[in-house]
Amino acid sequence: MRKVSEFLIEHGKPSREVYLDHENSGWVPPEVVNEMLPYFNQKGYGHPSITNRPGWEAYEVLESTLELVGRTLNVSDGELIITHSGTESNNLAIKGAALARTDKERYKIIVSAIEHPSVIFPARTLEEHGFKLVTIPVDNEGFVDPEMLEALIDEKTFMVSIQAVNHEIGTIQNLEELVKIVKERDEKIIFHTDASDAYARIPLDVKKLGIDMMTISSHKIHGPKGVGLLYVDKKIKIKSILDGALSTQRFWPGVENVPALAGFRKAVELAFTDFEKIVERMKVLRDRLIDGIIEKVPDVLLNGPRGEKRAPDNVNVSFLHVEGESITIELSTRGVYVSSGSACTSRVLEPSHVILAIGRRYEEAHGSILFKISRYHTEGDIEYALSQIPPAIQRLRTISPLGREIMEEAVD
Amino acid sequence: MSTRTPLIYSPKVLEIFRNPKNLGAMQDASVVSQAGSPACGDVIRIYLKIEDGKILDASFESYGCAANIAAASILTEMVKGKTLKEAWMISWEEVAEELGGLPAIKYHCSILAVGGLKRAIRKYIDETRRERPDWLPVDLSKEERQALEEEELIEKMYKKHGRAP
Ligand SMILES: Cc1ncc(COP(=O)(O)O)c(C=O)c1O
Repeated sequence: MRKVSEFLIEHGKPSREVYLDHENSGWVPPEVVNEMLPYFNQKGYGHPSITNRPGWEAYEVLESTLELVGRTLNVSDGELIITHSGTESNNLAIKGAALARTDKERYKIIVSAIEHPSVIFPARTLEEHGFKLVTIPVDNEGFVDPEMLEALIDEKTFMVSIQAVNHEIGTIQNLEELVKIVKERDEKIIFHTDASDAYARIPLDVKKLGIDMMTISSHKIHGPKGVGLLYVDKKIKIKSILDGALSTQRFWPGVENVPALAGFRKAVELAFTDFEKIVERMKVLRDRLIDGIIEKVPDVLLNGPRGEKRAPDNVNVSFLHVEGESITIELSTRGVYVSSGSACTSRVLEPSHVILAIGRRYEEAHGSILFKISRYHTEGDIEYALSQIPPAIQRLRTISPLGREIMEEAVD
Repeated sequence: MSTRTPLIYSPKVLEIFRNPKNLGAMQDASVVSQAGSPACGDVIRIYLKIEDGKILDASFESYGCAANIAAASILTEMVKGKTLKEAWMISWEEVAEELGGLPAIKYHCSILAVGGLKRAIRKYIDETRRERPDWLPVDLSKEERQALEEEELIEKMYKKHGRAP
């Protein structure tokens, strides 16, 4: 049996490290960790639904976290359900609403082609139970066409789920318009949005948007893993998809992860302190990374839109003639940590459905690399990444037989 | 739909990935072959210099993951100095073993490398109009067949996603 520890020795620890993979998971700042620590053994270590002091202290964490998040989202009359991940929240939204459905004439679920698997897969599961899944395509920057959505919704439509921001290519959907189209057509259609990659990056006003359900995940905003939230509007009926002893949540049984919630609360507080300033800075770093890559590396395609319609933290490019997994490993040995939409990084050997959905060819998807900027990055970090990316791509291109003809022609 | 899996490579794969041997096109190759397709994310090109039925030199180019690069590199080392018959006998399992083992989902990289080698040997014998030696089967070997299947698979994937390659 191979051991990762041996591999890590061969890999070595690069003298400088820049973590640009906050999409997949991320670094938790010390303030957040410090906020969590007392809740393991000094206070709030009890069960939040039990009437003893440590139990009330635990409950206080839940209450204050939900109140804080509620304020950042401008939710008024609805419920924020605590789960343990974005995946669980998306499953609860889709399957929970389906289980609670009373009007059996409504069986159509519309999702965008670039949703996260934790939206697409639950919707596919519902297909096995008599629902019909309709996937709405996106344009070459990842946008859902409002007119197409309007054409797809009908009296059979039960739910629409379209993410606020795409996790791979950073497309910011015009949610307000999309919700309006659905609701003007039929108030009863449930609108769910997966805001895992939107929360704390773009302003989200649940009341103004008219969203019925919204998913949030802690570890996507520098909180710890182990906390997700689902906002559910008062008028929406859902059922629990897990059965067990209820703690303080009506729709999610089992004990809440109190230390992680305390950390998440701190992460939210940090994210919304100087929100605009932080976001503006992220955009500068994002654009520096995009421009730097395009300037220094030939044969590169930017995936997703540019400017204000792109999430402030997202950079995604396809390096032609080289394969993504080898890029992530080459960059890893140079201390630049990224991920890829290549098939080689997936279990089923198919490349990213998001990159394919925007019309890229398979080989373009195989060479796609995702970078996520965080507010903790410095200009120096980005410059370091920009110093390592060109030689990394260059080295792999000298190994690859592809694109050689083109490169030689360019020299002539 | 991408479901990621941790790729536990052996240290050897990383070592070869960083310092591949016998890299690059060979100007005076006796035969060149290719296996895999860019759309699959896997292409191996093998160059052999052959004299008197012996492989004097071998080199490779690879578009693909770390396992792909490492498998092609180590295979070129394994075949040098071997007769065509000896080279033909190399199995993909031996290549994987030389690499210190491969994760199961990367077996196809080793298969592709060996498929490329066998294609090269077959092509060389065809092109030099030699009589087919008795060790060379008329039917495609398992590795050649799998390389072909992988190349054809992409057509199916394109059909599934409803667009032209
Ligand atoms: C858009 C989106 N939705 C859902 C999830 C799942 O969240 P979690 O990792 O908390 O299960 C992710 C995480 O990668 C995501 O990017």
